[in-house]
Amino acid sequence: MRAPAGERAIDGEVGLRDGGRRPSGWLRASLTVVVKDLRAELRTKEALNASLAFSIVVLLLFSFAFEPSVEETRALGGGLLWLVFAFAGVLILNRSFARELPNDCLDGLLASPLSPAALYAGKAVANFLLLMAVELVGLAVFGVFYNAAWTGRFWPLMGVVAMGTWAMTAVGTLFSALTVNLRLRELMLPLLVYPLLVPALLAAIQLTGPLALGQPFASDMIVWLRLLAAFDVIFTALALALIDAVLVG
Amino acid sequence: MNVIELDDVWKFYGDFPALRQISLRVEAGSCLALLGRNGAGKTTLLRILAGLSREGRGRVRVLGGSPRRQQARASIGVLGHGLSLYDELSALENLTLFGRLYNLKEPLRRARQWLERTGLSSVANARVRDFSRGMRQRLAIARAFLHEPELLLLDEPFTALDDLAVGVLQDLLRQARNEGRTTVISTHQVREALELASDVALLVRGRLAFQGERTGEMLEDPGWLYRRYGEAA
Repeated sequence: MRAPAGERAIDGEVGLRDGGRRPSGWLRASLTVVVKDLRAELRTKEALNASLAFSIVVLLLFSFAFEPSVEETRALGGGLLWLVFAFAGVLILNRSFARELPNDCLDGLLASPLSPAALYAGKAVANFLLLMAVELVGLAVFGVFYNAAWTGRFWPLMGVVAMGTWAMTAVGTLFSALTVNLRLRELMLPLLVYPLLVPALLAAIQLTGPLALGQPFASDMIVWLRLLAAFDVIFTALALALIDAVLVG
Repeated sequence: MNVIELDDVWKFYGDFPALRQISLRVEAGSCLALLGRNGAGKTTLLRILAGLSREGRGRVRVLGGSPRRQQARASIGVLGHGLSLYDELSALENLTLFGRLYNLKEPLRRARQWLERTGLSSVANARVRDFSRGMRQRLAIARAFLHEPELLLLDEPFTALDDLAVGVLQDLLRQARNEGRTTVISTHQVREALELASDVALLVRGRLAFQGERTGEMLEDPGWLYRRYGEAA
């Protein structure tokens, strides 16, 4: 064997050069993916524009078509908002791993020391931030056209929206990876994701309805909050455990 | 010591065996030309070595263990068909991104150095989508070499390269060999590969038909290997 200059043994394996590398960091790697995905999306705005336009148009059309009263808004507000968020969300989630297809960029990421779990986490956080931005715009449109005082319970509402959005991104990002190489991925992603999201969406709808109209957080809502929190924890853990098998066939 | 050890490796796509019973050793510091016709299994084999695909059966050891280990991936440089570059990012942003993913100490400085080495400094801040195929290829070469990998896996690296880029790549590969790095080049361009190679492996329909040192006979007549061990064998 020819001994390469500068070789050093690591754990008895064939020597690996240092190459000027820093110790690896899972969080730093995830953050790198978040920044890359946000930068790429903000430059092309492919998913963001479509998602924003969809949210605004549906909320406007629904308002003009049905002219809901305060009572009707109270009954339907949560459901309408999450219906819009769920459909707008899939537009963003579909692009998440599809963005890596041109030039086989996914291969470049998987060949690097970046762990699939860090890649998943980075993509999920980027999707979460993009979705939250779309949802904030949706809430503002909802407030104006449905005469809803959604800012009255701003932080509790934001907490619920964030938990519901994380549920969508945790599941959606995993299935975005699973369907990325399918020809009909735009069709397959919602077909796979929506049935799984039913419990989380139900909880988010129940919690969002009163809060979006500025009403206080009732004690009977705690069950829905627990369901949403459990969904987030379980599906995030499952996604982190499964992502390696999903990405490396 | 061997950098690559394959024992009885099979890979199936459905029921179709893309690789059949491959057993291969690649010594540290050598340059292996992996030859074969279209569909022979070269890309499949390189993907398994890069940890991008799992073997169906058999044992794969790269740099002393599984190629999916984080430590192994940090020491492997991969240049595939797709180049793995983001069109919407600039050349500098692309290299800096991969510098960060490979945990380099000064990713920005390293990225600028490699843009200089590959003759792309003047377009460092231009978006990759505006690059010609040759410029993209040079940038992809810089990406593959950026972290000074111990093992280089290059899939058809000479395809679509202009004279300048071929020169850059050949210089880098010669330098890599002089520094004791191990290289595996899969290619149809037999002459270019044989000029650089110390060893040759020929795949025929997923089977390893030949592995051995590159000889003067192969250099004088690049078609000799195919005639002797190719389809007719």
